[in-house]
Amino acid sequence: MSAWPSATASLPSQPVARLEGVGHSYGRARALDGITLDIPAGCMVGLIGPDGVGKSSLLSLIAGARAIQQGRIEVLGGNMADVRHRQITYPRIAYMPQGLGKNLYPTLSVFDNIDFFGRLFGHSRDERERRIGELLQSTGLAPFTARQAGKLSGGMKQKLGLCCALIHDPDLLILDEPTTGVDPLSRRQFWELIDQIRRGRPGMSVIVATAYMEEAARFDWLIAMDGGRVLASGSPSELLERTGAPDLDEAFIALLPQERRDGYQQVVIPPRPVGTDGEAAIEAEHLTMRFGDFTAVDDVSFRIERGEIFGFLGSNGCGKTTTMKMLTGLLQASEGKARLFGREIDPNDIEVRRRVGYMSQGFSLYSELTVRQNLELHARLFGMAPDAIPQRIAEMAQRFDLAGHMDALPDALPLGIRQRLSLAVAMIHSPDILILDEPTSGVDPVARDGFWQILSELSRKQNVTIFVSTHFMNEAERCDRVSLMHAGRVLVTDTPAMIVQNRAAPTLEEAFIRYLESAAGAKETASPDAGTEPGRPAGTPEGWTKHPREKRGNRFFDPRRMFAYTRREALELLHDPIRATLAIVGTLVLMLVVGYGINMDVENMTFAVLDHDDTAISRDYVQQIAGSRYFTEKAPISDYADLDRRMEDGELSLAIEIPPGFGRDLARGRNVTIGAWIDGAMPTRAETVRGYVQGMHAGWLAQKAREIYGDAATVGNFQLAIRYRYNPDVRSLDAIVPAVIPMLLLLIPSMLAVLSVVREKELGSIINFYVTPVTRFEFLLGKQIPYVVLAMLNFLLLTAFAIFIFGVPFTGSFATFAAAAFLYVIVTTGMGLLLSTFMSSQIAAIFGTALATMIPASQYSGMIDPVSSLQGVGAFIGQIYPTTYFVIISRGAFSKALGFDDLSSAFLPLLIAIPVLLGLGAALLRKQAR
Amino acid sequence: MRFANILHLGIKELRGLARDPMLLVLIAYAFTLAIYTASKAMPETLNRAPIAIVDEDQSPLSSRIVTAFYPPFFTVPQLISQPEMDRRMDSGMDTFALDIPPNFQRDLLAGRSPTIQLNIDATRMSQAFTGGGYVQSIVSGEVSEFLDRYRAETVLPVNLDLRARFNPELNKGWFGAITDVISSITMLSIILTGAALIREREHGTIEHLLVMPVKPFEIMMSKVWSMGLVVLVASGLSLVLVVQGLLSVPTHGSALLFMTGAALDIFAMTCLGIFLATIAGSMPQFGLLLMMVLLPLQLLSGGVTPRESMPWIIQAIMFAAPNTHFVILAQAVLFRGAGLDVVWPQLAALLAIGTGLFAFSLRRFRQFLK
Repeated sequence: MSAWPSATASLPSQPVARLEGVGHSYGRARALDGITLDIPAGCMVGLIGPDGVGKSSLLSLIAGARAIQQGRIEVLGGNMADVRHRQITYPRIAYMPQGLGKNLYPTLSVFDNIDFFGRLFGHSRDERERRIGELLQSTGLAPFTARQAGKLSGGMKQKLGLCCALIHDPDLLILDEPTTGVDPLSRRQFWELIDQIRRGRPGMSVIVATAYMEEAARFDWLIAMDGGRVLASGSPSELLERTGAPDLDEAFIALLPQERRDGYQQVVIPPRPVGTDGEAAIEAEHLTMRFGDFTAVDDVSFRIERGEIFGFLGSNGCGKTTTMKMLTGLLQASEGKARLFGREIDPNDIEVRRRVGYMSQGFSLYSELTVRQNLELHARLFGMAPDAIPQRIAEMAQRFDLAGHMDALPDALPLGIRQRLSLAVAMIHSPDILILDEPTSGVDPVARDGFWQILSELSRKQNVTIFVSTHFMNEAERCDRVSLMHAGRVLVTDTPAMIVQNRAAPTLEEAFIRYLESAAGAKETASPDAGTEPGRPAGTPEGWTKHPREKRGNRFFDPRRMFAYTRREALELLHDPIRATLAIVGTLVLMLVVGYGINMDVENMTFAVLDHDDTAISRDYVQQIAGSRYFTEKAPISDYADLDRRMEDGELSLAIEIPPGFGRDLARGRNVTIGAWIDGAMPTRAETVRGYVQGMHAGWLAQKAREIYGDAATVGNFQLAIRYRYNPDVRSLDAIVPAVIPMLLLLIPSMLAVLSVVREKELGSIINFYVTPVTRFEFLLGKQIPYVVLAMLNFLLLTAFAIFIFGVPFTGSFATFAAAAFLYVIVTTGMGLLLSTFMSSQIAAIFGTALATMIPASQYSGMIDPVSSLQGVGAFIGQIYPTTYFVIISRGAFSKALGFDDLSSAFLPLLIAIPVLLGLGAALLRKQAR
Repeated sequence: MRFANILHLGIKELRGLARDPMLLVLIAYAFTLAIYTASKAMPETLNRAPIAIVDEDQSPLSSRIVTAFYPPFFTVPQLISQPEMDRRMDSGMDTFALDIPPNFQRDLLAGRSPTIQLNIDATRMSQAFTGGGYVQSIVSGEVSEFLDRYRAETVLPVNLDLRARFNPELNKGWFGAITDVISSITMLSIILTGAALIREREHGTIEHLLVMPVKPFEIMMSKVWSMGLVVLVASGLSLVLVVQGLLSVPTHGSALLFMTGAALDIFAMTCLGIFLATIAGSMPQFGLLLMMVLLPLQLLSGGVTPRESMPWIIQAIMFAAPNTHFVILAQAVLFRGAGLDVVWPQLAALLAIGTGLFAFSLRRFRQFLK
């Protein structure tokens, strides 16, 4: 069955990973410090500790996703700092980063997700189909093959992540908090799955990070971490023995250094005094919330008494937050009623909000305001009397132990203190009800207990009603009553003790699982395709046996891996309406705007005449101007005041004054002067007007001269025959549109290409590039191909638009134009990819790309002023910028009737740019995170 | 509605902005450096226009013409042969090619009215238009000076005294500077309010506000006044320090009137920013949307090219954009010194558009909060 020695129980001598003096910093923050550790092979190793102690950094270093800063890491018998070792080791390691479905592509189907990973590891089509079939069978995902990954429940996402990680038969499986935010039943199924896999492949080593101590108790070997250091390591029983603690939670606290434990005390919540029941603080009756055809909360009812601590227990996405939002009036229930102190909740009722304090999931206060400013703002918004505020703030600061941090910014504070600040803010106006949405997730056990101590006092001493959601079982046990919630429904509401008793379960978690199982069973018979996965046993261990390793593609370039990215990128683009719209509609809209916006034709300018002469000859002069298509005559000007006024309000672009006695003086051959004023507020327009007026004046003079002097006027005369070449009608659109196409084919494709990479960086799926054998060229080229195709589509659309909508004549060789466009879009998408290596956030990418493309393309590439007219830096940019050459080709093909022979010299720079850009992009792209 | 809430939330926005170095730099850049460099870099209409001359005459007159072209308006003319001309123009090396025919001087003096051919690459609109006129007048000037010694007076003694009002030298930088101030106002009003709203949503703080006794109207109003005030102050400073000070653009009309117009324009634009932020799901989408909205607003508002030359449909659509009216107002007030009696229609239009946008955005904003 397996070529690997069975090594489940006893630890083999050769460790799977060996760390020596490993340290890691992000800026000034020290994430890992001096870690020296041997991680045993062939067993389940757990990394325990709260959020932010360096677990994830450590795992990503071991997986090779992050570049090593300090120390030495050996994994599977080689140095992870060595590129060649990493390249041969990637196919032997599987890494599932933290966060539900973090390395998955939410818009892709279950099948396409796994298929993508299969392609990355260079499997052939047959092999992929066989493996995917087996994986889907074994994980029970087979019925959901076509569903989008983003629409799976948390548990299913993690199973899918596992399938993706296991497709290439890894020898080392690294899981970073795989079960955080997953309901207990799915959690249990997940671990069963892992056990099965390990039975099928006993030689495989598994390293897991977890915040759940109950889970950790089942592992073979544990590493406890805090503050970037290893506190202790050993088997769970060894750790318990060493600390003398009853469970791992306690053991972990005992392992913490003394100063972290200071002030720690066991949380003891005194029982509620009997006979207090009476006034209901919160009542919910048949609350239902639907979003479209998805029911987030389904017929939920409960009644919470004043002073009670009421717990809401369930996985991510089960409807806890939605229920809480309905109670605070943030959401209006689709059906059912909720009452606070007997008053029905009305989102428009401002008064009831004064009685409620709300703490939303995660930290959601203003990180740009200091602790004091946050408290102050909230106090003011609750309408507290201004003179009472300072005292109240001082009181809260003391109560929640914030006095030392009043002028700090929240981001600079540890999570535990930030949670206290959130609570202080929620309490600032002394509400009667506190609604707390997962207030302790990510907080370390000591701070968590401190937090519960405060809750206990609020409830018992001040009779504050507390409605709190959590997914920690030990916190649920502290509540007076809890509701178990799953898939929008409340399964049971009772005291923790009664729930355990009713199901005859050893623990609350076990009881919860049994409730979930019966709920899932009921649901399965009712509707087989419900949101939750059926609690069926997973497949046979045989499904997990190791396959003979197929010969994989070239180490440096494998088209299969490249096309894996191409295919995925294309699928994602098809599923993203905003980007797809921008790509197609955006270019056309921008073309329309720029085509008309950069319009040099000046027509229908207004003018009026102040005619002091008013003779036939003066009217003839005016007629010369009024008759042209450039000018429209307005009512005559009556006097100078009228002239001033009408020019001031912009009514007239041109005013002509003909002096008294114009006709008489002209006939006598005396010098006469006609006055003309142009509105100079807009210089370009004024300049054109000036040109027109001068031209018409000269024309009129020549005509008159011929009339008066006859042929004598032609002596010494010459003609200047102006040939407006390429654009005989001198239409602005004919000149601008062929230059707009290159600009748009730069702007949009490069921006899409930048976003395609930066999005992955921001969303985290870039990790798949870090930990798989994909090379930089495969990654870049693979991403580029769909955008080149899209840009060519854009090119065809824009050209059609230019010819058929704008009516720009196309006179040259289309084949040449299209060939040049193809090269050009490879260049522009390549520029995008190159830019993406510098950017890390999407918003920076958008503005950065706009800056790097818009100005050079519109100013320095010959669109308005030819490159030969530029000087200095502008001229240099113009000469090396690829748009310059495509503008030449575009104008040549559109207006100058040119073919390949005439334009070949402009092809050369484009041909050179392609390898240069790709080479630079590949050189600057990082294969590991920092 | 409580004014205190609007005030405190607005102050919160200002504090938040003060802690965002990126946005502060953007504001400072948009109202100083961007305006200064754009105004200085605005090229003269005709700047080093490439010209080539085919001199088939080789006479004193033709060489006189050749030497009449020089920088900065034109490049030093390339003397080329006729067969070269087409090739050079095809490859875009020259915008102008002047062909002086053989025996030009002789024919001219003999009254045979010879023809000089001027080829203009009309795909380069900016140079083609104005440059053509320049070439024509330079050649005519040289020819007539040359002829002065030979011919009798046959020209009518009518002079055209052509003056440009409000900007006598037709200095493009003046107008460019004001257009850039308006562009910066447009861009920042939208970005600051839009980003303020999206940031609140991405950080989850908006929910926090909604569970407090605060109304959507108050939240929106607070963002409008605080971000609007920042843009208004920045644009006022920019007008005084950069436009009037550093660039010494003479402005005529009442600064107060201009600032009133600016305030109304900013009001409308901040509402537009809120509206866009409610459409965009996230910062990146907001950025993409911005690209599609800002460019039309700036290019088609009449600040870059005259509105009169746009198709009527675009003129009609752009009539609903606040910029269009603000550009008209700014030109009238700052350059032509117009007063309230002249620009009141623009102020009224800005007020109407702003109110409409505000009502519309508030409705969107309420739905968005649901």
